[in-house]
Amino acid sequence: MGKKVGMEVSLAIAEAAKMANTDVVAAYPITPQTHIVERLAELVANGELDAEYIPVESEHSAMSACLGAVATGARTFTATAGQGLELMHEVLYVASAMRLPVIMSVANRALSAPLNVWGDQSDLMAVRDTGWIQIICENGQDAYDNTLCAFRIGEDKRVLLPVMVHVDGFYLTHVIEPIEIPEQDKVNHFLPPFSYPLPLDPDKPLTMGAFAPPILFSEAKKAQEVNLRAAKPIILECWAEFAKIFGRQYKPIEQYRTEGAKILLLTLGSFGETAMAAVDKLRDAGQSVGLLKLRLWRPFPFEELRQTVSGAELLIVVDRALSFGGPGGPAFSEIRSALYSEKKRPRILGFVGGLGGRDLMVAEFEGMVKRALEMKPSGAEQEFEMYGVRE
Amino acid sequence: MITKTGLIEIRWHGRGGQGAVTSAELLAKAAIDEGKYAQAFPAFGPERRGAPVVAFDRIDSRSPIRVRAEIRQPDVVIVLDPTLLRVVNVTAGLKAGGILVINTRKNFEAIEKDFGSNWKLALVDGSRIAREILGVPIVNTTMLGALLKAEPVVKMEALIEPLEERFGRLAERNLNAMKRAFEETTVKE
Repeated sequence: MGKKVGMEVSLAIAEAAKMANTDVVAAYPITPQTHIVERLAELVANGELDAEYIPVESEHSAMSACLGAVATGARTFTATAGQGLELMHEVLYVASAMRLPVIMSVANRALSAPLNVWGDQSDLMAVRDTGWIQIICENGQDAYDNTLCAFRIGEDKRVLLPVMVHVDGFYLTHVIEPIEIPEQDKVNHFLPPFSYPLPLDPDKPLTMGAFAPPILFSEAKKAQEVNLRAAKPIILECWAEFAKIFGRQYKPIEQYRTEGAKILLLTLGSFGETAMAAVDKLRDAGQSVGLLKLRLWRPFPFEELRQTVSGAELLIVVDRALSFGGPGGPAFSEIRSALYSEKKRPRILGFVGGLGGRDLMVAEFEGMVKRALEMKPSGAEQEFEMYGVRE
Repeated sequence: MITKTGLIEIRWHGRGGQGAVTSAELLAKAAIDEGKYAQAFPAFGPERRGAPVVAFDRIDSRSPIRVRAEIRQPDVVIVLDPTLLRVVNVTAGLKAGGILVINTRKNFEAIEKDFGSNWKLALVDGSRIAREILGVPIVNTTMLGALLKAEPVVKMEALIEPLEERFGRLAERNLNAMKRAFEETTVKE
């Protein structure tokens, strides 16, 4: 085991991209992603990272440049946040449909208006259906480790899909905390060089991402769907191999003190650790409460969800994003849908909280458990509430 | 100190550009190098030079830090800029029996007149020390010395490496300013 050093999480993410020997970075700076790409620019400028850094005029261009770079067979990294992710939105679909494994950190941030640069997962939820593999991190070590894993997963010849590694803006990106940075030769052992099967080559011209009329389009989309679902065992294989080499095991859904728990909280991202502290307090007070932390967002871990909730009577899903006029927070409504056909399933209630950088404290997670036990919804649209909003 | 759980929560008050965030970072790095658990972070949001800013440290000698939220009830408050005392409620949430570390030329009586005597006070004229040793009135590293006098949250030696990493050849002068502040800080329980 290496020594833990105090490091800002953004710098650890940049370090992972450096240690992965990234060939190309194309990025546009935006709060709260800025420290990641500033650091990469510095590493390229001072020669520590032998890569091409492409300064672009927008996120749309950043992602477009990344597509071109991967198509030539270059290991490619970028990062963005909030509005920036929205600006590259249409290009995200192109990356996944063309099987171009761009690796991207997203420093999750609120979407305007009103203008807000703070932590929020509205950007994450807005790109749910873009066909990318999506991993959500809960702390800095997780962010470093899963940035490395993202390269190995996305570039695997059986996968060849772009991967987003989500880190909550500020709550993760701007925190200095203990992070273990492994030795370079271990990273080299874990992450083989990228070898794209059909790179662009002037001597052997080919067309990528061509036009597809109705007679082909559905087949192309079905192939994409099959491919993304088929990535799951390879993600698990990557995490198992990571655990063997680095000693940390990641799972699609992490469990904390769930043994015999009648009530389960489910969180995404940096809420997880604060919620752990709340679970400790509730357990100490004799309540049968445990925590699930959803790490793998796409492909969605149906089987793990079924297993982890099977013994619970009440499942409380906490979202940091809202689906306006819809059936609750995006994660809540997905989870409710994923469990709908189960004969025995917990009652499922949801809260939306912590929007736009509003802290959720330990006491507020305790409060959600208390409130969920009081709720008497009549109809699906009453099965969730916004939490901690001043009326 | 001070806490039953082994967790110490610290809030830094400065102005944008005075290095409050850097101080918080150096302290957390030193604590982590000592094998403790620690977390440092700014008050999240846009950065504005000259405006009042805050930064935070959590240091725990026993168990990993789980909470990811602002510190609302600190054990220690450090004020880098004396002009903030009139514009910011620096003692907001400061726990009874907590520590208030201030860069000021005032004495205990004058400070107690403004802030009462609920807290352990640690006072030093950090601006003078910084001007003399660093040549600029930037007191963030100087005030680390004042903090360590009031409460040994880390060993002073543990700060040497983080200072060298951050300031390179200027590290020694910053270290000297920190040591001088440690010597000159007066503490009243």
